[in-house]
Amino acid sequence: MLAVDTLLICIGLFFLTVAAIGIVRLPDVFSRSHALGITDTLGTFFVLIGVAFYQGLTLSDVKVLLILLALWHLNPVISHVILRAALRNGVRPWVKEKK
Amino acid sequence: MFTLYHFFFLILTLLILVYMYRVLQGPTVYDRILGLNGISTKAIILLTILGSLNERLEMFVDIALGYAVLNIIGGLAIGKYLEHKGTREC
Repeated sequence: MLAVDTLLICIGLFFLTVAAIGIVRLPDVFSRSHALGITDTLGTFFVLIGVAFYQGLTLSDVKVLLILLALWHLNPVISHVILRAALRNGVRPWVKEKK
Repeated sequence: MFTLYHFFFLILTLLILVYMYRVLQGPTVYDRILGLNGISTKAIILLTILGSLNERLEMFVDIALGYAVLNIIGGLAIGKYLEHKGTREC
């Protein structure tokens, strides 16, 4: 059991690190949200499944899956709301400058 | 004793500091909200890791569930508010 949960948490932490690199390096709010909203959700999935494997099958695993369900519905919706607010208030997407 | 879960805890704390850079530095207010949304997700994961570390997952997972509900207010309600208010000066 220990090897399975360690492996899953390591995969999840890799995705979370990629999301953190993306949110620092990318140029504007739309591309940053692209890095955060997709990769962060997948990394959260792997880490929480790994934590659920840690103690075997208990009632806590059901609650961990409940957190996962809430986050999977909330993270895309929050990204969508923030980006729609940005677009309607006049933030333009970043484009490469023409020479 | 320094176990593997301490290592995971340390990495997640460093990731929160990376997000904090975007929250403090972000050019628009939407970058800051995006960074705070990421930090709240990391806080939920950090609480479950902490529960596994202390062998008390059944207590910490309830707190994490509360944070997941607070995440609604932190991101969704503030985003809707800024959309209706308009933030050209921020």
